[in-house]
Amino acid sequence: MADNQNNSAALTVKNLSVYFGKNEAVKNVSLDIAARAVTAIIGPSGCGKSTFLRAINRMHELNPDARMEGEIKLFGDDIYSKNVQPVVVRRRVGMVFQKSNPFPTMSINENVTVGLRLNGIRDKKILSERTEQSLRMAALWDEVKDRLSAPAISLSGGQQQRLCIARALAVQPEVLLMDEPASALDPLATSKIEDLILTLKKDYTIVIVTHNMQQAARASDFTAFFYMGELVEFGPTTKIFTSPANKRTEDYVTGRFG
Amino acid sequence: MTAPNHNWRQFKDVLMRVITFACAILVVTPLVLVFYHLLKEGFTSINWAFFTQLPKPVGEIGGGMANAIAGTFILLGEAALIGVPIGVLGGVYLSEYGGSKLNWWIRFAADILNGVPSITWGIVVYGLLVAPHLPGFSALAGGVVLGLMMIPLVMRTTEEVLQLVPAGYREASLALGIAKWRTIVQIVIRTALKGIVTGVLLALARVAGETAPLMFTAFGNLGWARKLTEPIAALPLQIFEYAKSPYDDWRRQAWAGALVLLLLVLAINIGVRFLTRDRFKAKI
Amino acid sequence: MSRTKSAFLPLFVLLIFRREKKFDCMATTKMTTATGQFGDRAFKWLTLAMAFAVFVLIALIGYELASGSHLAMQKFGWRFLISSDWDPVNDIYGALPVIFGTVVSSLIALIIAVPISVATAVYLTELAPLWLRQPLIMFIELLAAIPSVILGFWGLSVMVPWLHAHLFPAMRGTLGFLPLFKGPDYGPCILAAGMILAIMIVPIITSVSREILRSVPGLQREAAYALGATRWEVTRIAVLSYAKKGIFGAVILGLGRALGETMAVTLVIGNIAQIVPSLFSPGATLASTIANEFTEATGDLYYSALFELGLVLLGVTLVVNIFAQLLLKTFAGPSVKPQN
Repeated sequence: MADNQNNSAALTVKNLSVYFGKNEAVKNVSLDIAARAVTAIIGPSGCGKSTFLRAINRMHELNPDARMEGEIKLFGDDIYSKNVQPVVVRRRVGMVFQKSNPFPTMSINENVTVGLRLNGIRDKKILSERTEQSLRMAALWDEVKDRLSAPAISLSGGQQQRLCIARALAVQPEVLLMDEPASALDPLATSKIEDLILTLKKDYTIVIVTHNMQQAARASDFTAFFYMGELVEFGPTTKIFTSPANKRTEDYVTGRFG
Repeated sequence: MTAPNHNWRQFKDVLMRVITFACAILVVTPLVLVFYHLLKEGFTSINWAFFTQLPKPVGEIGGGMANAIAGTFILLGEAALIGVPIGVLGGVYLSEYGGSKLNWWIRFAADILNGVPSITWGIVVYGLLVAPHLPGFSALAGGVVLGLMMIPLVMRTTEEVLQLVPAGYREASLALGIAKWRTIVQIVIRTALKGIVTGVLLALARVAGETAPLMFTAFGNLGWARKLTEPIAALPLQIFEYAKSPYDDWRRQAWAGALVLLLLVLAINIGVRFLTRDRFKAKI
Repeated sequence: MSRTKSAFLPLFVLLIFRREKKFDCMATTKMTTATGQFGDRAFKWLTLAMAFAVFVLIALIGYELASGSHLAMQKFGWRFLISSDWDPVNDIYGALPVIFGTVVSSLIALIIAVPISVATAVYLTELAPLWLRQPLIMFIELLAAIPSVILGFWGLSVMVPWLHAHLFPAMRGTLGFLPLFKGPDYGPCILAAGMILAIMIVPIITSVSREILRSVPGLQREAAYALGATRWEVTRIAVLSYAKKGIFGAVILGLGRALGETMAVTLVIGNIAQIVPSLFSPGATLASTIANEFTEATGDLYYSALFELGLVLLGVTLVVNIFAQLLLKTFAGPSVKPQN
């Protein structure tokens, strides 16, 4: 879908500032996020990393006090242009949350297809194809294929989170945002999610917020370090973790604060 | 903390426990007594004819309240048609939209309406529909008054249960690019559906026993209402008529009617408890 | 009017659903597809319109009562409120006796219900063993669910005869030196009405007080326990003093309920509009007078006077309820709306 574009950048962020009322949560951030790669965003809590992530699919607008300045382009399209609706942006930029949140009234199957169904796709064939495809991508298919109509909340915590990933993949987004997707999971489930991220980057651009340094080091290609709303340093993950240019970055990745 | 002081304090502690316990028992006593008398007087008066026959003219023994029972259900149906859509959608607005200022006023107004005496609702709808003969004393006017009374009740309970739906579900849905209104209808309302139904049922139970507003609207009818534009009988109205009458047989019927009405109302109230118990299980 | 409107509501909802389905939005990733926007806007306006029903209803109630009582206001002016003649035969109407009956019966109800309710609420939140709390709460909620007409009928057939045979003679014997408890009784009377009202407002005062007590921060209690206080002392020092304002709100809410209560009162109060010192004598309230006379009223002025009683009743209950709401709202703090 974006192959003919300038191949490296999926998202171009220019001078992005996000305010909640008078409080400036993200301060004048500019960076390019590479396509088909994993970009990790790290930083101490309250540093604006989640807000930055939510600005990419305009989820921060759910807060009525939120206001933004600057520009974000998704494969060349300005997602904040006047005639663009957040709904459309969110279809192209999927999101997975910290706490798994499958819809409790729906079955596994219904959860995966809900994004399609509520956007008007009724064709049973398409729906069942997408279900299998998405669950396979989320490495959940083998575990649930015999009980697709079981309630989603009957799954374990790690399975629920992978179901949420499948749900996000089913609408075929171009970018997948993950907000600390493994922070509520046990180590085994976490490593499954990390493996999944490495597989998914073949097809998707992934941006992941994490407070887990090892996770950022293991799973990402690029790392951005945020501090007090500012982008302190951004570069290839190996560089950030082995030879950071900034003193604060070094202190943070070596665990001296945060 | 000297010893005698301590003893006195302990005694006071026990004494207050006993007094407050006695008050709790005193509070529950009328419920037990009402139940006891209703069962004692009502059960012997309930028979097949009570459910199948019309009231008999003065002086004749027997008859029943078939028309009043049916009338109550018809009125409740009409009330639900008015009260449920307006109340639920208004509750959705309160929970999902709106600035805090406006919502404060809406909530305030709803709470005020919930405190408006039921007799006041009766004369208001009398002035609105009955006096101008639109269409006069009728099942229609009776349904309207009960429906209007349901609106603020349903609105507030709907708002409350919608607020119980974790924000994560709304976010998850919106992040899938699902429009906000679809998110509300298909995700939020669906998740809270049992709670909403509970609120509606409780509101219906509440208006099912209303008498005062029906006196000037539905009016009551000793026979069947053939059209919604005719006066219609209702259980509470019939109970009231018979309760003040001097005839033993009518008072006997009033006991029977009161027992049936109370069982109806309590059945809803207790049934709802099972619904909600289940709801909280499903939530977590 | 509002009936036809709501009959079309489901249809309208259906319409916007239909309309939405025509877009196949997943087929394209163009940014400017106009999806959802119509539905979003329509749904928001629809729900807003429904929420506005509460304002419409308040306006409707005010308008109907004001226009209905126009005639009586013109004829009697302010004298309506202070004249003590309620004389339908001669078409003269003064509301004072029924205002008197309303106030007195409600006061009796408060005097009986407040201590019992607050004590029960304290018992339920602070002192009762845990296993007993839930059943008691359920019983109290069921008491609140008993329709007024049933309670009134029970009051008329069971309670009033018992009062007449036992309690009233005993009261006359011991408290008869007070004018309040002098004179004969025939059963139905203001005191009986106050008692039935007390039964009716106990559940609301109890449950609202219980909510208030439960909202007292645990820290308050712990601080008092840490000082070595007994359970009752904790309740008195930490809980009750903290919750005073909220409990007052609950009481006022109960008063609002008592003032407007109709059917039970109508059945046990005797329905004679008069101002007499004895609580054993029959009386009438604003609500019971409307209930009794409205369908039998003859002549426009009579109707109008009854409407004006309704207006007075509304005014009084509104003031009382607003006061109660403000007390409770400021106690509970401004309600916080969660994000989105």
